[in-house]
Amino acid sequence: MTLAPGKQQIRFIIKPMVFVLAILPLTLLCLRVLGIYGATLGPNPIETVQDYLGIWGLRFILISLSITPAAWLIKKPWPIRLRRMLGLFAFTYCSLHFLAWLVLDQSLDISAIISDVIKRPFITLGTLALLLLIPLAVTSTKGWQKRLGARWTNLHRLVYPAAVLICWHYYWQVKLDTIDALLYCAVLAVLLGVRLWKRKRL
Amino acid sequence: MLIKVPQKNTPAPSEIASETEYQNRRSFIRSMGFVGASALLGGTACAQENPPETRSLGPLLKSQYSTNQTENSYTDITQYNNFYEFGTSKEDPYENSGQFQPMPWSVRIEGAADITGDFSYEDIIQSHALEERIYRMRCVEAWSMVIPWVGIPLGDILKRFKPTSNAKYVSFETVYRPSEMPGQRRPILDWPYREGLTIEEAMHPLTILAVGIFDKSLPNQNGAPLRLVVPWKYGFKSIKSINKIGFTETPPATTWNDAGPNEYGFYANVNPEVDHPRWSQARERRIGGSLFDAKQPTLMFNGYADEVASLYSGLDLQRNF
Repeated sequence: MTLAPGKQQIRFIIKPMVFVLAILPLTLLCLRVLGIYGATLGPNPIETVQDYLGIWGLRFILISLSITPAAWLIKKPWPIRLRRMLGLFAFTYCSLHFLAWLVLDQSLDISAIISDVIKRPFITLGTLALLLLIPLAVTSTKGWQKRLGARWTNLHRLVYPAAVLICWHYYWQVKLDTIDALLYCAVLAVLLGVRLWKRKRL
Repeated sequence: MLIKVPQKNTPAPSEIASETEYQNRRSFIRSMGFVGASALLGGTACAQENPPETRSLGPLLKSQYSTNQTENSYTDITQYNNFYEFGTSKEDPYENSGQFQPMPWSVRIEGAADITGDFSYEDIIQSHALEERIYRMRCVEAWSMVIPWVGIPLGDILKRFKPTSNAKYVSFETVYRPSEMPGQRRPILDWPYREGLTIEEAMHPLTILAVGIFDKSLPNQNGAPLRLVVPWKYGFKSIKSINKIGFTETPPATTWNDAGPNEYGFYANVNPEVDHPRWSQARERRIGGSLFDAKQPTLMFNGYADEVASLYSGLDLQRNF
């Protein structure tokens, strides 16, 4: 037996719940920024904000990518209806991570930013990944989906290279202890692997 | 999850910590609960209490080498550390170093010196006057602090062992105790941690063997009971919890150099003109600032060029990074 909520349940219960959960990390970060309930950002607040937004960006990319396999698994299409929102959350966290780097870490020093994007491979990868995500966020609406038709699906396959770049960006940034980064890479490998496996079987 | 089971004779942290210290720690632990992952997964991050078994060190000599820049807070200095023996995140040393027993302590002195053997902490320290040295500390990860160390010029200590003319380098080793240092249970680095200096660097008056911060003995997470401080080099050269010092004729192997020879050199002098392969060393983030503070420029030899530049005259610092 699997869950099969109706249209109304998805719209008025499940979607709002997922929205609240997805915005929770950002809310907790805001509490820490404002120092509410004794929460703090620690001795290196900029690093904390940047790392926190980055890791949640990556987590939401992986969560978005797990929706389709989840639908296959339960043999019901309804989880697909959550995919757009989760993808937009991924884009939001990734963009905020990039903005935190531009504004807080680099203080909008344009020459330093450009030289880092060019000279530091892990920053090049991260920037490239965000650029790939922009058209996906822009064309995420129903209108664009209709207008692009079959091309929409092809365009949105850009999320695969973007996810690979994001994992790589994380892995390259770590000084030595890469175990966490490798775990995220492994999750991504599984999520991409099941897609290949499914395709071969069709 | 770590749960500390209080033992019979262990006083509650509130009994031995001053009120403000205690409150600071409480709020830090509370903030840990806000780490998003644990909030969403339903777990609670649990920081292990690290009772400040630090003793007051008494009157200290002032030093001409101290900076007049604003010191970082005790909280910054003791809760934002790289000490992989206790874990690789910045909070790990504070959270995971409670089991470490820095006393009693002994140091083995070996190699090219007239006097060698095992010496207790007291043997090493007792005959010297303790000095306050307020130094800038620049990490290879491009952040920095100002730390009021308490210590003794290393050269004064080393001379007592009468190094021979074969002593061209000095090697250092951190204690290896995986039962007390949980980070050593994973082969992140080739334990035990090793560092080295040329004899000239070791004898330089800026180089100290530190036993404290502020006017207290070193907390475990800062390298108790004694550690090196070389303020013109990246922080990883300042090896912690030293239990072996050797005089050698050839350059000793050093841990980070072994782990990444093209990223971490033997000299590791602070140098804004030689970038780390993955990030710039031109600027640094001063710890303890607000969300909107800009980075500051990094200075050659971390601002100690007047004192130490002559040690490297004729040396190509781009190649010998």
